[in-house]
Parts: sequence; C-alpha cells; structure tokens
Amino acid sequence: MDIFAQQILNGLVLGSVYALVALGYTMVYGILGLINFAHGEVVMIGAMTALAVVSTLLSVFPEMHPFLTILLAGLAAILVCMSLAFFIERLAYRPLRNAPRLAPLITAIGISILLQNIAMIIWGRKYKTVPQLFPTETFELFGASITSVQIFIILISAVLMSGLLVIVHFTKLGRAMRATSESQRVAGLMGINVNKIISVTFMIGAGLAAVAGILIAGNYSVVHYSMGFMLGLKAFTAAVLGGIGNLGGAVLGGLLLGLIESIGAGYIGDLTGGFLGSHYQDVFAFVVLIVVLVFRPTGLMGERVSERA
Amino acid sequence: MKHFVQDLWCKFRNNRKALFCGYILLFLALAVLPFLLSNTVGRTWVRILDFALIYAMLALGLNIVVGFAGLLDLGYIAFYAVGAYTWALLASPQFDLHLPFWAILPIGAGMAALFGVLLGAPTLRLRGDYLAIVTLGFGEIIRIFLNNLDHPVNVTNGPIGINKIDPISIGGADLTRTHELLGISFSGVHTYYYVLLALLFMTIVICVRLEKSRIGRAWLAIREDELAAQAMGINTRNVKLLAFALGAMFGGIAGGLFASLQGFVSPESFGLLESIMVLCMVVLGGMGHVYGVLLGAILLTVLPEILRSTASPIQRTLFGDVYIDPEALRMLLFGLALILVMLMRPTGLWPAPKRRTAADPDIAKD
Repeated sequence: MDIFAQQILNGLVLGSVYALVALGYTMVYGILGLINFAHGEVVMIGAMTALAVVSTLLSVFPEMHPFLTILLAGLAAILVCMSLAFFIERLAYRPLRNAPRLAPLITAIGISILLQNIAMIIWGRKYKTVPQLFPTETFELFGASITSVQIFIILISAVLMSGLLVIVHFTKLGRAMRATSESQRVAGLMGINVNKIISVTFMIGAGLAAVAGILIAGNYSVVHYSMGFMLGLKAFTAAVLGGIGNLGGAVLGGLLLGLIESIGAGYIGDLTGGFLGSHYQDVFAFVVLIVVLVFRPTGLMGERVSERA
Repeated sequence: MKHFVQDLWCKFRNNRKALFCGYILLFLALAVLPFLLSNTVGRTWVRILDFALIYAMLALGLNIVVGFAGLLDLGYIAFYAVGAYTWALLASPQFDLHLPFWAILPIGAGMAALFGVLLGAPTLRLRGDYLAIVTLGFGEIIRIFLNNLDHPVNVTNGPIGINKIDPISIGGADLTRTHELLGISFSGVHTYYYVLLALLFMTIVICVRLEKSRIGRAWLAIREDELAAQAMGINTRNVKLLAFALGAMFGGIAGGLFASLQGFVSPESFGLLESIMVLCMVVLGGMGHVYGVLLGAILLTVLPEILRSTASPIQRTLFGDVYIDPEALRMLLFGLALILVMLMRPTGLWPAPKRRTAADPDIAKD
C-alpha cells in the first residue's frame, strides 16, 4: 500500500509538469493545427535561463532571500521564453500559415535542432546541477513521503492551470482565442486581430513551459541541453491522449500519463511475471496510448470531428 | 529565367534523342562517380554516398506512406530497424546463422511488411496527428524492445548491439573485399555502391509505376479526401494497409542493406531523431514526388557530412581558432538550412507537378 501511494504521488508530480507542457501544445494545436515540435526546447531554455540567473544572483548577492532569487529567476525565464516563442512564431510559422500542412512541422523540427545546439554552445554538453535554494523537508502523506519541492510543483501547476482555464473561458482575450480556433477567417471578420491572438497564444504556452522547466529542474536537480526533447514528446503524447486542442483534456492527459508511467514502472515486473523490467515503462505508456486511441480515436476528451460533408 | 529553364526542360523531355543521350550521360556519370570521389576527396565519401543511397531507398519507402497515401508516420525508422535486426540475426555469430543474402532479403522485407500491417491495423480509424503520435509510439516501442531484449533470453544483445554481421556475398565473392575486374580494382565500398545503385534503381521504377497504377491513384484519392475515396468504391482499409506494408517493406530492405554495409547494428541508430530525419528528406525534397524525395534524401545525407568536414577548418581560417564546438555548429547550420529551405519553398525543393487547380482556397487548405 505504501509503495502504491508513493507511486501515485510521484505520478501526480510528474503528471502536473506534463500537463503544464501539454497545455502549450494543445493551445497552439487548437488554433493552428500545428504540432509545435520546438515546445520541448522552450522548456529546456526556460530551465537553463533560470539556472543561469540563480547562479549569477547567488554569486553576486549571496545574502538575497532564496524566495526572491527564485522569483527573479522565474520572471527572467518566463520573459526569455515568451520572447523566444514570439520570434519563433513570427519567423518560422507565420510565413507558412497557408503552406502545405507538413511544411511548418519541418521548420518546427529545424527550430528544435537550432535551439538544442545553441543551448549546447552556450551552456556546454555536461549535466548541470541545480543549487539547492531551500532546505528540503519531507512530509508523510498516506504512508508515502513527499518533499516540499514536490508539494510546490503540484500547487504551482494547479494554480497556473486553473488560471489558464479562467483566462480562456471567462475573459475577452480567451473568447478571442476560442473564436480564432473555431475559424480564423470569421474571427478576423468579427474584428479580432488574429495574428495578435496567435502570438499571445504562443507566448502564454511558452510562459507555462518556462515554469514547467523550472519545476522539472527543481525536482530532478539537474538540467541538460537535451532534456526538452523527451519531455516535449511525453507532453505531446499527453495532449493527444486527452484529446488534442482541448485544454481540460491536456490536463487530464498529463496527469494520467504521469500516473501510468510511475505505476507502470513500479508494477510492470509483477504484471508480466518478471519478464519485463522497469525499462519498459515507456512501452507501457505508449501501449496505453494506442489502446485508448483505438477505442476513442480523438482522445479521451476530444470532440468527435465530423467528417467533411 | 525560370520560364526559360522550364521551356528548355520541356523541349528536352519531348525530344527522344536528347532524352536518350541524357540517360546515357547520367548512367556514365553515376558509374564513374565513386572513382572520381575516391581519387579526389577520399574513399570515405564513397561510403557516405553508399549511405545516401540507402537513405534514398528508405525515404522512397516513407514517401509511399506519407507522400502517396497521406498517412503521417513518425515511427518509420522502426521498419528500418526490423529489417536491420532481421538481417543481423540471420547472418551473424549471434545465433551462428549465416544465411545467404538472397534468402535474407525477402525474409527481412516480409518481416518489415508484417510489422507494417501490425501497426496499420489498429490505426485505421485514426486521422492526421493522432496517427502521427501512435506511429511515434510504435517506433519507440520497437526501439525499447531492441534495447532490452538481452534478458531473460538474449535476442538482440541489448544496447551493445550485434557485431560481425556478414557482408553481402554474390556467387561466393565477398563484397567487402577488393576485387579485380578488367584491370580495375573495386574495393568494398565501390562494389556496394553498384549493388545499392541497382537496388535503388529498382525501387525508383517500382515507385514510379506504383504511383501511376490503380493502387497509386487510390492512395492519392485517400490522401485528398478519404470519405470521397470511400464513396468512389475504394476499399480504404485494404489500400491503407497496403501502403503501410509496402512502405515498411522498402524500409526493411534498406535496413538490411544498412546492417550488412555497416557490419554492426545497435538500437542507437533507430531513434526518433532518425525517423524525423527521414521525414525531413521526404518533405524537404517534395512530398509525393519520387525524384524530389530522392534529391531530398541525397542532400540531407551529404549536407551534414560536408558541414562536418568544414565546420572546424572554416572557423580556423576566419577566427584563427575553433571557438564553437564543430558538432554543435554543424547541427546548428543544418537546422537553419531546414528552416530556410522550408520558408523559401514550402512545397519542397522539387515538388510534384501540380495536377488539380485549387479554386477555393478554403477547400485547398483543408
């Protein structure tokens, strides 16, 4: 029971980070129908920037309150990621908005390669350890142990996710975003500045990605220039699992994928009589994804897309 | 200028004699190319050319799935892996099997085709990007299995991979050795080049013929509008499965050739990045156009190698020292090239000639 609770808890922590990143994928997909392959790298850039700011602040102002340090680092990371996303959209996606569907996919891959290698040139090939700002405390919860960092991750993600849902469903900006995702042309006719809305969508997604990067860095205490790729992939899988284009679906998919992964890693050996070890954790996640999509081809919460008449 | 070139090209195509001469010239050029390369820039470039030919075959296979049938496959490298490992297991000391290549080639192709159907069957109902993510997952599953099937029973030798794979041998003549023929000595990479060229030529003929066949037109119809294709009496299930199987088959053959040329396979060569690379070749060259895809495959194999050999010398001459990690710089320029080409030519470098006119931009976009 203890192990099970622990796996659930780990799954929730991992899942909330997946969900944050998945939201970025799903928002962009909802509006442009584009798989933003560079999103994972934005997460990495966020983590790297935050780390750089934290180490600079630690060496220049060693007496600064750790909370202020992390806040400043977070703001810097969000700012960098948002402007990065703005330029990516402006330079690599907007010129191709009416191009064949796969053309922006290739530029997205190009951007992803570009960002990874720029990060490698700036920050090097080695794994970088994240300095510990707060003393880690461990709490007992339902027989499982949880660190203060993990609690922080779950709280921050929950706040951000609900904030995003409020923005999308109850503000004027959100209404414009939803209208744009329905039909760019009609939204334009209603007086919505479609280009601006698309830019803003990219930037919100990038802001969430920056926070996700910091949370991941805090949880694992290491960052690496290639950390974004697999994370982005998992988050995209989560977005599809939930039904891509659907915000609630991305959250659900992210949490579910986190749970599946950690429970899969813990129990796959028992389930298969010891034949498959925990190396197969990703196999487990993908098999669940395939099975879900076979029975619900548009994801768990995706709307049934009517075939064109 | 563009019209002038097009006119010239049209005249050239319609003139049988000129076309015949052109083919002869192309044939001669391809025949002497490896010798030209090994005598000017070194034998490694012939080897790179060999890999370019293998990748061209691979890209043509993916083109059947993505270009003809319009099914976005992000896990295509899995079939390449299946072909490579089939070859590796049947012709290496791993199980002490040493089947001849004419026996392995069909087995590898068949295995890959079988996996293609295995992937295709559960995904028939999925569309667009849902299909993309499932194929991606499938590719990862295959890779993870290859990586971990060294226990409890050792099949794939895990992350270390399989070594000492037999080279192709024709009539008892081992292709990696140097052979003398008509006073010219052919080293291993040279003979491989001709074998691969012949196989690639067959692949091209099959692809071009397929595209113009009944099946090819059915694929095109499905790509443009699956519902309408169904209404026209096309059995979309069978035709889609056929696309998966045929595409996978070419991938499997290419994989087998890769294993025999390299003499070694490990799961590392079959990651998601490789799948994406092959997709880039297809899209960058011109999706659905056989010759465009060929161009894309050869460019994207040769370009990184050129960048690899020039990344540090150029820095040294410009700045006097190597400041930027040449490997990073190479990939950086490569990513930049992908973006720039796509921005300038969104339909690819050499797209298929346009058949239908898209009157309504909204319909065309969908």
